[in-house]
Amino acid sequence: MKKPSASQLTPLLIWLAVALLFEACQQQAAPPAGFFPDSNTVSGWTKSAEVRTFAPQQLSEYIDGDAEKYLKAGVKTTATTDYKYRGETDVVVDIYTMSTAAAAKAVFDSEPAMDAEAPTLGDSARLYSQSLIFRKGPYLVRMVAYQESPQLARAMLELGRALESKLIR
Amino acid sequence: MKNMPEKSRRDFLKDFAIGALAAGVEPRALARDVHPASANQAKSKVVIARDAALYGVGNSPEGARVAKLLDRAMQAYGDSSDPVAPWKKLFHPDEVVGLKVNTIAGPGLSTHVALVDAISERLKQAGIRPGNIVVWDRTNGELERAGFTVSNDANRVRTIGTDSKGVGYDETVLSYGVVKSRLSTLLTRTCDAMINVPILKHHSGAGITLALKNMYGVNHNPDKLHANNCCPAIADLNMLPPIRNKFRLVVADAMTGCFEGGPSYKPQYAWRYNGIIVATDPVAIDQTAWDIIEKKRAERGLKSLPQVGLTPNYIAVAANAEHRLGTDDPARMVLQEI
Repeated sequence: MKKPSASQLTPLLIWLAVALLFEACQQQAAPPAGFFPDSNTVSGWTKSAEVRTFAPQQLSEYIDGDAEKYLKAGVKTTATTDYKYRGETDVVVDIYTMSTAAAAKAVFDSEPAMDAEAPTLGDSARLYSQSLIFRKGPYLVRMVAYQESPQLARAMLELGRALESKLIR
Repeated sequence: MKNMPEKSRRDFLKDFAIGALAAGVEPRALARDVHPASANQAKSKVVIARDAALYGVGNSPEGARVAKLLDRAMQAYGDSSDPVAPWKKLFHPDEVVGLKVNTIAGPGLSTHVALVDAISERLKQAGIRPGNIVVWDRTNGELERAGFTVSNDANRVRTIGTDSKGVGYDETVLSYGVVKSRLSTLLTRTCDAMINVPILKHHSGAGITLALKNMYGVNHNPDKLHANNCCPAIADLNMLPPIRNKFRLVVADAMTGCFEGGPSYKPQYAWRYNGIIVATDPVAIDQTAWDIIEKKRAERGLKSLPQVGLTPNYIAVAANAEHRLGTDDPARMVLQEI
């Protein structure tokens, strides 16, 4: 059998390179900044700050020593922004994009559930009176409210559902 | 103690420093007046003052109650019936006094503005000029998020981050043990004395964080110092001369603390301890904080920190013969709860 010439192999190699690149892009999680629901997408919620993103080596600037467990688990990027609920309750929303779903689960499972509710959201979720944490695929999402407010927990769950619908596994 | 004659500044400082010396602490700036011969007669004093009604019905502690609680703590610490006297004995009117707060966790778990205001007020009454009181932390952004108003007006109490224009970190790299760091010029150049105003927190790296770990907000590379449960890095960092020599007092904000999930704010693990803790021995106060957090963890059904691999070993290292930053031995402490 006659061996293919270099000129015959070139298109094949180019096609292969493009295919590999495309596959790699598919495996990359989408940029989390676009996952945050816009103001008034969910009733009562307004986005009150720009999205800030942190590469792994910058994460400790944001959460100090808390960064260690995310780094150990394999965090790829972190995005955070602020919301206001009904114009008065401040809530911070973080999206941690981990390397794998198992990594997101590892961080999620490392935190004691205490007396949390377990709403149906993503792969697993915990809801408290002032916070919500859930994971979906490689994403770990945390919402923290700085004040107590009636109906806040349910409202965070609604915001969480809107955000969750944008997360691509 | 009421009706007791006020102690002189010399006696007051002696008591403070004797406690530290008894704990194995080498003399600091405040120990200049101490006669070392009597050093072995005293213990490190830690005062915990609490007010169950501190928060009232709101989300924030009430300013007036915070100020009263601070007075109770400081007066108990200094055995004084005069709320200003303890401050006068600790600080000279011509000094620039820095308040190193902790604001990284945002408004839910940062040093309260009300406490800083109360400290600043007493410092002013003790003769410190407003512009010579400098409230500071790593960044202006963190300070603002925690509720502080950034201002560098020399006519009023200044509140600034190390990232402010013209501030930054000193060019000199200081080393001790595993630490090689540049320190904020707010400490190295601006301030003569430092009041450490930390927060009572669990820490997922170090075990707990209060006074000694709060110095991670002073250096340029805290991210490099979290290995091995931050040990011996926390103790080593506190050995750097500007930190060691300018540290004067800890006024710990224990109004809201966290017993798990720290140092970030996670409301499900936070609780209102309603307290202010005062000491001049940073090791003794951290040991006390560890006990408080362990009690709360037990109450909530959580394993102890050693059981989850988070023994705050840095405390014992800070107390050891090499570091001598204070005592972790309860037998060498006087814990006063009021």
